[in-house]
Amino acid sequence: MTVFARAVGAIFLKDMRAEWRSRELIGVMLLFALLSVLVFSFALELDRLARREAISGVLWVTVVFASVLGLNRSVAQERENGNVDALLLAPIPRAAIFFGKFLANWLFTAVIGALLLPLMTVLYNVTLASLPVLGLLLAGTWGICVTGTLLASMTLQTRVGEALLPIALLPIALPLLLGTVRATTGILTDAPVNDWGGWVGILLGIDLFYTVVCMAFYGVVVEE
Amino acid sequence: MSERPVIQTRGLSKAFGFLPVLRGVDVDIPRGQFVALLGANGSGKSTLLRIISGLTKPTQGQVTVGGWHIPDEAQHVRRQLGVVSHKSLVYPQLTAYENLRFAARLYALPAAETHERVLAALERVGLKRRAHQLARTFSRGMQQRLSIARALLHKPHILLLDEPHTGLDQPACATLNALLREMHADGHTLLMTTHQLEHVPLLAQRVLILARGVLAHDAAPESDPVALAQTYARVTGESIHA
Repeated sequence: MTVFARAVGAIFLKDMRAEWRSRELIGVMLLFALLSVLVFSFALELDRLARREAISGVLWVTVVFASVLGLNRSVAQERENGNVDALLLAPIPRAAIFFGKFLANWLFTAVIGALLLPLMTVLYNVTLASLPVLGLLLAGTWGICVTGTLLASMTLQTRVGEALLPIALLPIALPLLLGTVRATTGILTDAPVNDWGGWVGILLGIDLFYTVVCMAFYGVVVEE
Repeated sequence: MSERPVIQTRGLSKAFGFLPVLRGVDVDIPRGQFVALLGANGSGKSTLLRIISGLTKPTQGQVTVGGWHIPDEAQHVRRQLGVVSHKSLVYPQLTAYENLRFAARLYALPAAETHERVLAALERVGLKRRAHQLARTFSRGMQQRLSIARALLHKPHILLLDEPHTGLDQPACATLNALLREMHADGHTLLMTTHQLEHVPLLAQRVLILARGVLAHDAAPESDPVALAQTYARVTGESIHA
Protein backbone atom coordinates (compact mmCIF):
# COMPACT_ATOMS: atom_id res chain seq x y z
CA MET A 1 0.00 0.00 0.00
CA THR A 2 1.36 3.43 -0.86
CA VAL A 3 2.11 6.09 1.77
CA PHE A 4 -0.75 8.14 0.35
CA ALA A 5 -3.35 5.36 0.53
CA ARG A 6 -2.25 4.26 4.00
CA ALA A 7 -2.46 7.81 5.37
CA VAL A 8 -5.84 8.43 3.74
CA GLY A 9 -7.15 5.17 5.21
CA ALA A 10 -5.80 5.95 8.68
CA ILE A 11 -7.34 9.44 8.76
CA PHE A 12 -10.67 8.23 7.35
CA LEU A 13 -10.92 5.36 9.86
CA LYS A 14 -9.91 7.67 12.71
CA ASP A 15 -12.74 10.07 11.78
CA MET A 16 -15.21 7.18 11.52
CA ARG A 17 -14.22 5.84 14.93
CA ALA A 18 -14.33 9.28 16.56
CA GLU A 19 -17.75 9.98 15.05
CA TRP A 20 -19.07 6.58 16.09
CA ARG A 21 -18.12 7.46 19.67
CA SER A 22 -19.44 11.05 19.73
CA ARG A 23 -22.12 11.10 16.98
CA GLU A 24 -21.47 14.83 17.07
CA LEU A 25 -21.44 15.57 13.34
CA ILE A 26 -24.13 13.19 12.14
CA GLY A 27 -26.43 14.18 15.00
CA VAL A 28 -26.28 17.91 14.29
CA MET A 29 -26.46 17.48 10.52
CA LEU A 30 -29.39 15.09 10.69
CA LEU A 31 -31.38 17.26 13.08
CA PHE A 32 -30.85 20.32 10.90
CA ALA A 33 -31.78 18.42 7.73
CA LEU A 34 -34.97 17.03 9.25
CA LEU A 35 -36.08 20.43 10.54
CA SER A 36 -35.25 22.09 7.25
CA VAL A 37 -37.25 19.55 5.21
CA LEU A 38 -40.18 19.85 7.59
CA VAL A 39 -40.17 23.66 7.43
CA PHE A 40 -40.09 23.56 3.63
CA SER A 41 -42.93 21.03 3.55
CA PHE A 42 -45.14 23.36 5.60
CA ALA A 43 -44.01 26.54 3.85
CA LEU A 44 -44.46 25.35 0.26
CA GLU A 45 -48.05 24.55 -0.56
CA LEU A 46 -47.65 23.38 -4.13
CA ASP A 47 -49.63 21.28 -6.56
CA ARG A 48 -48.15 17.96 -7.72
CA LEU A 49 -46.37 19.29 -10.83
CA ALA A 50 -44.91 22.31 -9.05
CA ARG A 51 -43.74 20.04 -6.21
CA ARG A 52 -41.84 17.81 -8.64
CA GLU A 53 -40.08 20.87 -10.04
CA ALA A 54 -39.33 22.50 -6.69
CA ILE A 55 -38.38 19.51 -4.58
CA SER A 56 -34.87 19.15 -6.01
CA GLY A 57 -34.14 22.71 -4.84
CA VAL A 58 -35.37 21.84 -1.35
CA LEU A 59 -33.21 18.71 -1.29
CA TRP A 60 -30.02 20.43 -2.40
CA VAL A 61 -30.40 23.56 -0.28
CA THR A 62 -30.89 21.31 2.74
CA VAL A 63 -27.91 19.12 1.86
CA VAL A 64 -25.61 22.12 1.30
CA PHE A 65 -26.45 23.78 4.61
CA ALA A 66 -26.28 20.50 6.53
CA SER A 67 -22.86 19.89 4.99
CA VAL A 68 -21.68 23.35 6.10
CA LEU A 69 -22.51 22.42 9.70
CA GLY A 70 -20.65 19.12 9.41
CA LEU A 71 -17.63 20.54 7.59
CA ASN A 72 -17.10 23.30 10.14
CA ARG A 73 -17.27 20.85 13.03
CA SER A 74 -15.07 18.25 11.34
CA VAL A 75 -12.24 20.71 10.68
CA ALA A 76 -12.68 22.44 14.07
CA GLN A 77 -12.15 19.06 15.79
CA GLU A 78 -8.70 18.87 14.22
CA ARG A 79 -7.82 22.31 15.54
CA GLU A 80 -9.11 21.94 19.11
CA ASN A 81 -6.17 20.03 20.59
CA GLY A 82 -3.68 21.08 17.96
CA ASN A 83 -4.25 17.80 16.12
CA VAL A 84 -3.83 19.43 12.74
CA ASP A 85 -0.21 20.12 13.78
CA ALA A 86 0.26 16.44 14.61
CA LEU A 87 -1.03 15.56 11.12
CA LEU A 88 1.23 18.14 9.46
CA LEU A 89 4.25 16.86 11.41
CA ALA A 90 3.73 13.30 10.17
CA PRO A 91 5.77 12.12 7.15
CA ILE A 92 2.76 11.95 4.85
CA PRO A 93 1.71 14.04 1.84
CA ARG A 94 -0.47 17.06 2.63
CA ALA A 95 -2.86 15.86 -0.06
CA ALA A 96 -3.38 12.63 1.91
CA ILE A 97 -4.47 14.61 4.99
CA PHE A 98 -6.91 16.53 2.82
CA PHE A 99 -8.28 13.46 1.06
CA GLY A 100 -8.74 11.49 4.28
CA LYS A 101 -10.67 14.35 5.89
CA PHE A 102 -12.67 14.89 2.70
CA LEU A 103 -13.67 11.22 2.39
CA ALA A 104 -15.06 11.19 5.94
CA ASN A 105 -16.95 14.47 5.36
CA TRP A 106 -18.32 13.15 2.07
CA LEU A 107 -19.57 9.95 3.66
CA PHE A 108 -21.31 11.85 6.49
CA THR A 109 -22.98 14.28 4.06
CA ALA A 110 -23.98 11.54 1.62
CA VAL A 111 -25.53 9.50 4.44
CA ILE A 112 -27.59 12.52 5.54
CA GLY A 113 -28.68 13.10 1.94
CA ALA A 114 -29.56 9.42 1.49
CA LEU A 115 -31.68 9.48 4.65
CA LEU A 116 -33.56 12.50 3.31
CA LEU A 117 -34.61 10.73 0.10
CA PRO A 118 -37.22 8.35 1.61
CA LEU A 119 -38.34 10.99 4.10
CA MET A 120 -38.95 13.56 1.36
CA THR A 121 -40.62 10.92 -0.80
CA VAL A 122 -43.21 10.51 1.96
CA LEU A 123 -43.54 14.20 2.86
CA TYR A 124 -43.80 15.52 -0.70
CA ASN A 125 -45.34 12.47 -2.38
CA VAL A 126 -42.68 12.55 -5.11
CA THR A 127 -40.43 9.51 -5.73
CA LEU A 128 -36.98 10.73 -4.73
CA ALA A 129 -35.74 7.42 -3.40
CA SER A 130 -34.34 6.08 -6.66
CA LEU A 131 -30.93 4.98 -7.89
CA PRO A 132 -30.44 7.87 -10.38
CA VAL A 133 -31.15 10.45 -7.64
CA LEU A 134 -28.85 8.58 -5.24
CA GLY A 135 -26.12 8.67 -7.89
CA LEU A 136 -26.59 12.42 -8.31
CA LEU A 137 -26.49 12.80 -4.56
CA LEU A 138 -23.09 11.08 -4.41
CA ALA A 139 -21.71 13.20 -7.25
CA GLY A 140 -23.13 16.48 -5.90
CA THR A 141 -22.01 15.95 -2.32
CA TRP A 142 -18.54 14.98 -3.58
CA GLY A 143 -18.05 18.43 -5.10
CA ILE A 144 -19.60 20.26 -2.14
CA CYS A 145 -17.44 18.38 0.38
CA VAL A 146 -14.21 18.61 -1.59
CA THR A 147 -14.47 22.41 -1.80
CA GLY A 148 -15.97 22.66 1.68
CA THR A 149 -13.11 20.73 3.31
CA LEU A 150 -10.55 23.07 1.77
CA LEU A 151 -12.52 26.23 2.55
CA ALA A 152 -13.28 25.16 6.14
CA SER A 153 -9.53 24.62 6.65
CA MET A 154 -9.01 28.21 5.49
CA THR A 155 -11.90 29.95 7.19
CA LEU A 156 -11.34 28.34 10.60
CA GLN A 157 -7.96 30.08 10.75
CA THR A 158 -9.73 33.44 10.67
CA ARG A 159 -11.34 35.30 13.57
CA VAL A 160 -14.87 34.95 12.19
CA GLY A 161 -14.23 31.24 11.68
CA GLU A 162 -17.34 29.16 11.22
CA ALA A 163 -19.50 32.07 10.02
CA LEU A 164 -17.29 32.54 6.96
CA LEU A 165 -17.66 29.05 5.48
CA PRO A 166 -21.12 29.42 3.91
CA ILE A 167 -20.14 32.82 2.49
CA ALA A 168 -17.03 31.33 0.90
CA LEU A 169 -18.58 28.02 -0.12
CA LEU A 170 -21.86 29.04 -1.75
CA PRO A 171 -20.42 31.03 -4.69
CA ILE A 172 -17.94 28.24 -5.44
CA ALA A 173 -20.60 25.54 -5.09
CA LEU A 174 -23.04 27.42 -7.33
CA PRO A 175 -22.08 25.66 -10.60
CA LEU A 176 -22.36 22.32 -8.79
CA LEU A 177 -25.76 23.21 -7.40
CA LEU A 178 -26.96 24.33 -10.78
CA GLY A 179 -25.96 21.00 -12.30
CA THR A 180 -27.38 18.86 -9.52
CA VAL A 181 -30.69 20.74 -9.26
CA ARG A 182 -31.27 20.69 -13.03
CA ALA A 183 -30.38 17.01 -13.34
CA THR A 184 -32.50 16.05 -10.31
CA THR A 185 -35.47 18.01 -11.67
CA GLY A 186 -35.00 16.29 -15.02
CA ILE A 187 -35.15 12.87 -13.38
CA LEU A 188 -38.16 13.74 -11.21
CA THR A 189 -40.17 15.19 -14.10
CA ASP A 190 -39.39 12.17 -16.30
CA ALA A 191 -37.67 14.41 -18.86
CA PRO A 192 -35.65 12.68 -21.63
CA VAL A 193 -32.04 11.94 -20.64
CA ASN A 194 -30.85 14.26 -23.43
CA ASP A 195 -32.41 17.18 -21.55
CA TRP A 196 -30.47 16.68 -18.32
CA GLY A 197 -27.61 14.29 -19.15
CA GLY A 198 -25.38 17.21 -20.09
CA TRP A 199 -25.74 18.59 -16.56
CA VAL A 200 -24.46 15.31 -15.15
CA GLY A 201 -21.42 15.55 -17.42
CA ILE A 202 -20.79 19.12 -16.27
CA LEU A 203 -21.22 18.04 -12.64
CA LEU A 204 -18.67 15.22 -12.97
CA GLY A 205 -16.25 17.55 -14.75
CA ILE A 206 -16.54 20.14 -11.99
CA ASP A 207 -16.06 17.40 -9.36
CA LEU A 208 -12.84 16.29 -11.00
CA PHE A 209 -11.56 19.85 -11.44
CA TYR A 210 -12.32 20.86 -7.84
CA THR A 211 -10.75 17.64 -6.49
CA VAL A 212 -7.47 18.24 -8.29
CA VAL A 213 -7.33 21.94 -7.38
CA CYS A 214 -8.24 21.41 -3.71
CA MET A 215 -5.71 18.60 -3.23
CA ALA A 216 -3.02 20.75 -4.82
CA PHE A 217 -3.78 23.80 -2.67
CA TYR A 218 -4.39 22.18 0.73
CA GLY A 219 -0.70 22.28 1.67
CA VAL A 220 -0.54 26.00 0.92
CA VAL A 221 -3.69 26.69 2.92
CA VAL A 222 -2.62 24.98 6.15
CA GLU A 223 0.98 26.22 6.26
CA GLU A 224 1.76 29.45 8.07
CA MET B 1 36.75 18.43 13.39
CA SER B 2 33.61 18.95 15.50
CA GLU B 3 30.34 17.28 14.51
CA ARG B 4 27.86 19.35 12.53
CA PRO B 5 25.05 20.74 14.77
CA VAL B 6 21.86 18.72 14.55
CA ILE B 7 19.83 21.97 14.60
CA GLN B 8 21.26 25.09 13.03
CA THR B 9 19.69 28.47 12.27
CA ARG B 10 21.35 31.35 10.47
CA GLY B 11 19.91 34.87 10.30
CA LEU B 12 16.46 33.47 11.06
CA SER B 13 13.71 36.07 10.93
CA LYS B 14 9.96 35.79 11.00
CA ALA B 15 7.32 38.48 10.74
CA PHE B 16 3.56 38.14 10.87
CA GLY B 17 2.44 40.94 8.58
CA PHE B 18 4.42 43.99 9.72
CA LEU B 19 5.06 42.53 13.19
CA PRO B 20 8.55 41.07 13.53
CA VAL B 21 8.66 38.06 15.87
CA LEU B 22 12.18 36.72 15.27
CA ARG B 23 15.07 38.91 14.16
CA GLY B 24 18.28 37.32 12.90
CA VAL B 25 18.48 34.34 15.25
CA ASP B 26 21.64 32.19 14.97
CA VAL B 27 21.58 28.95 16.97
CA ASP B 28 23.70 25.77 16.85
CA ILE B 29 22.51 22.77 18.84
CA PRO B 30 24.80 19.73 18.86
CA ARG B 31 23.49 16.17 18.94
CA GLY B 32 22.46 14.95 22.38
CA GLN B 33 22.20 18.36 24.03
CA PHE B 34 19.25 19.41 26.24
CA VAL B 35 18.56 23.08 25.60
CA ALA B 36 16.05 25.26 27.45
CA LEU B 37 14.63 28.17 25.48
CA LEU B 38 13.32 30.98 27.67
CA GLY B 39 11.66 34.29 26.95
CA ALA B 40 8.62 36.39 27.73
CA ASN B 41 5.27 35.86 25.99
CA GLY B 42 5.60 37.00 22.39
CA SER B 43 9.40 36.78 22.40
CA GLY B 44 9.30 34.22 19.58
CA LYS B 45 10.00 30.92 21.42
CA SER B 46 7.06 28.97 20.02
CA THR B 47 7.57 30.49 16.57
CA LEU B 48 11.19 29.31 16.60
CA LEU B 49 10.07 25.77 17.49
CA ARG B 50 7.38 25.82 14.81
CA ILE B 51 9.92 26.94 12.20
CA ILE B 52 12.37 24.20 13.22
CA SER B 53 9.59 21.62 13.03
CA GLY B 54 8.57 22.85 9.56
CA LEU B 55 5.11 24.02 10.61
CA THR B 56 5.85 27.69 9.95
CA LYS B 57 7.91 29.18 7.15
CA PRO B 58 10.60 31.72 8.06
CA THR B 59 10.51 35.14 6.46
CA GLN B 60 14.29 35.18 6.09
CA GLY B 61 17.28 33.06 7.02
CA GLN B 62 18.14 29.39 6.98
CA VAL B 63 17.29 26.42 9.16
CA THR B 64 18.80 22.98 8.91
CA VAL B 65 17.77 19.96 10.96
CA GLY B 66 19.95 16.87 10.65
CA GLY B 67 21.55 18.52 7.62
CA TRP B 68 18.25 19.00 5.80
CA HIS B 69 16.99 22.47 4.88
CA ILE B 70 13.68 23.50 6.42
CA PRO B 71 11.03 23.96 5.08
CA ASP B 72 12.06 22.81 1.56
CA GLU B 73 13.32 19.39 2.71
CA ALA B 74 11.03 19.07 5.73
CA GLN B 75 9.67 15.72 4.56
CA HIS B 76 13.10 14.16 5.26
CA VAL B 77 13.14 15.56 8.78
CA ARG B 78 9.65 14.68 10.01
CA ARG B 79 10.62 11.11 10.88
CA GLN B 80 13.47 12.42 13.07
CA LEU B 81 11.29 14.85 15.03
CA GLY B 82 9.02 14.31 18.01
CA VAL B 83 6.96 17.29 19.11
CA VAL B 84 5.26 17.85 22.45
CA SER B 85 3.18 20.97 22.74
CA HIS B 86 1.20 22.63 25.53
CA LYS B 87 -1.73 21.40 23.42
CA SER B 88 -2.10 17.66 23.84
CA LEU B 89 -2.20 16.74 20.12
CA VAL B 90 -4.39 13.75 21.03
CA TYR B 91 -7.94 12.90 19.98
CA PRO B 92 -10.24 12.91 23.02
CA GLN B 93 -12.78 10.54 21.38
CA LEU B 94 -10.13 7.84 20.93
CA THR B 95 -8.56 5.66 23.59
CA ALA B 96 -4.89 6.03 24.48
CA TYR B 97 -4.14 2.87 22.50
CA GLU B 98 -6.12 4.06 19.45
CA ASN B 99 -4.37 7.45 19.53
CA LEU B 100 -0.97 5.78 19.37
CA ARG B 101 -2.05 3.21 16.78
CA PHE B 102 -3.25 6.10 14.60
CA ALA B 103 0.13 7.81 15.00
CA ALA B 104 1.87 4.51 14.17
CA ARG B 105 -0.07 4.32 10.88
CA LEU B 106 0.83 7.90 9.98
CA TYR B 107 4.51 7.13 10.60
CA ALA B 108 4.22 3.87 8.65
CA LEU B 109 5.54 1.73 11.50
CA PRO B 110 5.56 -1.98 10.56
CA ALA B 111 2.10 -3.43 11.29
CA ALA B 112 3.61 -6.49 13.01
CA GLU B 113 5.43 -4.27 15.51
CA THR B 114 2.71 -1.70 16.11
CA HIS B 115 0.92 -3.46 18.96
CA GLU B 116 4.12 -4.10 20.91
CA ARG B 117 5.51 -0.61 20.31
CA VAL B 118 2.27 1.08 21.32
CA LEU B 119 2.12 -0.90 24.56
CA ALA B 120 5.81 -0.24 25.24
CA ALA B 121 5.31 3.51 24.69
CA LEU B 122 2.31 3.50 27.01
CA GLU B 123 4.25 1.58 29.64
CA ARG B 124 7.10 4.06 29.42
CA VAL B 125 4.78 6.94 30.35
CA GLY B 126 2.87 4.90 32.93
CA LEU B 127 -0.38 4.62 30.97
CA LYS B 128 -0.39 0.95 30.01
CA ARG B 129 -3.18 0.12 32.45
CA ARG B 130 -5.25 2.96 30.96
CA ALA B 131 -4.57 1.91 27.36
CA HIS B 132 -8.24 1.34 26.55
CA GLN B 133 -9.67 4.39 28.27
CA LEU B 134 -10.81 7.36 26.19
CA ALA B 135 -8.30 10.21 26.21
CA ARG B 136 -11.09 12.65 27.16
CA THR B 137 -11.33 10.94 30.56
CA PHE B 138 -7.62 11.65 31.25
CA SER B 139 -6.34 14.41 33.52
CA ARG B 140 -4.15 17.11 31.99
CA GLY B 141 -1.05 15.32 33.27
CA MET B 142 -2.11 12.00 31.77
CA GLN B 143 -2.92 13.66 28.44
CA GLN B 144 0.55 15.21 28.46
CA ARG B 145 2.12 11.81 29.13
CA LEU B 146 0.09 10.37 26.26
CA SER B 147 1.34 13.22 24.09
CA ILE B 148 4.92 12.28 25.00
CA ALA B 149 4.24 8.63 24.20
CA ARG B 150 2.91 9.71 20.80
CA ALA B 151 5.99 11.88 20.20
CA LEU B 152 8.34 8.99 21.08
CA LEU B 153 6.52 6.22 19.26
CA HIS B 154 8.47 6.51 16.01
CA LYS B 155 11.78 6.77 17.90
CA PRO B 156 12.80 10.28 16.82
CA HIS B 157 16.29 11.65 17.48
CA ILE B 158 15.13 15.18 18.24
CA LEU B 159 12.41 16.28 20.65
CA LEU B 160 10.87 19.74 20.48
CA LEU B 161 8.92 20.57 23.64
CA ASP B 162 6.76 23.70 23.71
CA GLU B 163 5.96 24.47 27.35
CA PRO B 164 5.37 20.83 28.27
CA HIS B 165 4.85 21.66 31.99
CA THR B 166 1.87 23.96 31.34
CA GLY B 167 -1.13 22.98 33.47
CA LEU B 168 0.64 20.15 35.29
CA ASP B 169 0.67 19.82 39.09
CA GLN B 170 3.90 19.11 40.97
CA PRO B 171 3.76 15.30 40.89
CA ALA B 172 2.93 15.38 37.17
CA CYS B 173 5.84 17.79 36.59
CA ALA B 174 8.16 15.43 38.48
CA THR B 175 7.00 12.48 36.33
CA LEU B 176 7.47 14.54 33.17
CA ASN B 177 10.96 15.64 34.27
CA ALA B 178 11.95 12.04 34.98
CA LEU B 179 10.82 11.11 31.46
CA LEU B 180 12.73 14.00 29.91
CA ARG B 181 15.90 13.06 31.80
CA GLU B 182 15.49 9.48 30.59
CA MET B 183 15.18 10.65 26.99
CA HIS B 184 18.24 12.83 27.35
CA ALA B 185 20.17 9.90 28.82
CA ASP B 186 19.06 7.86 25.79
CA GLY B 187 20.88 10.34 23.55
CA HIS B 188 17.95 12.43 22.30
CA THR B 189 18.49 16.07 21.42
CA LEU B 190 15.93 18.16 23.29
CA LEU B 191 14.87 21.76 22.77
CA MET B 192 12.31 22.89 25.35
CA THR B 193 10.57 26.21 25.87
CA THR B 194 9.32 26.94 29.36
CA HIS B 195 8.21 29.70 31.71
CA GLN B 196 8.86 27.55 34.77
CA LEU B 197 12.50 28.23 35.64
CA GLU B 198 12.64 25.73 38.52
CA HIS B 199 12.76 22.88 35.98
CA VAL B 200 15.62 24.32 33.94
CA PRO B 201 18.62 23.57 36.21
CA LEU B 202 17.24 20.05 36.75
CA LEU B 203 17.09 19.28 33.05
CA ALA B 204 18.98 21.53 30.68
CA GLN B 205 22.67 21.77 29.85
CA ARG B 206 22.26 25.09 28.12
CA VAL B 207 19.92 28.07 28.32
CA LEU B 208 18.93 30.34 25.46
CA ILE B 209 16.93 33.48 26.20
CA LEU B 210 14.99 35.29 23.49
CA ALA B 211 14.15 38.93 24.08
CA ARG B 212 11.97 40.76 21.54
CA GLY B 213 12.86 38.25 18.83
CA VAL B 214 16.63 38.43 19.38
CA LEU B 215 18.80 35.75 20.97
CA ALA B 216 20.02 37.71 23.98
CA HIS B 217 21.62 35.02 26.15
CA ASP B 218 23.34 31.68 25.49
CA ALA B 219 25.07 29.96 28.41
CA ALA B 220 24.98 27.02 30.79
CA PRO B 221 22.16 27.42 33.34
CA GLU B 222 22.81 28.61 36.87
CA SER B 223 22.30 25.75 39.30
CA ASP B 224 20.03 27.91 41.42
CA PRO B 225 16.63 28.88 39.93
CA VAL B 226 16.77 32.23 41.78
CA ALA B 227 20.06 33.11 40.11
CA LEU B 228 18.58 32.02 36.78
CA ALA B 229 15.58 34.28 37.40
CA GLN B 230 17.94 37.19 38.04
CA THR B 231 19.77 36.50 34.78
CA TYR B 232 16.42 36.26 33.01
CA ALA B 233 15.30 39.60 34.48
CA ARG B 234 18.57 41.27 33.52
CA VAL B 235 18.44 39.98 29.95
CA THR B 236 14.75 40.50 29.22
CA GLY B 237 13.95 43.41 31.52
CA GLU B 238 11.03 41.38 32.90
CA SER B 239 10.80 39.59 36.21
CA ILE B 240 9.80 35.92 36.45
CA HIS B 241 8.91 33.68 39.37
CA ALA B 242 11.65 31.11 40.07
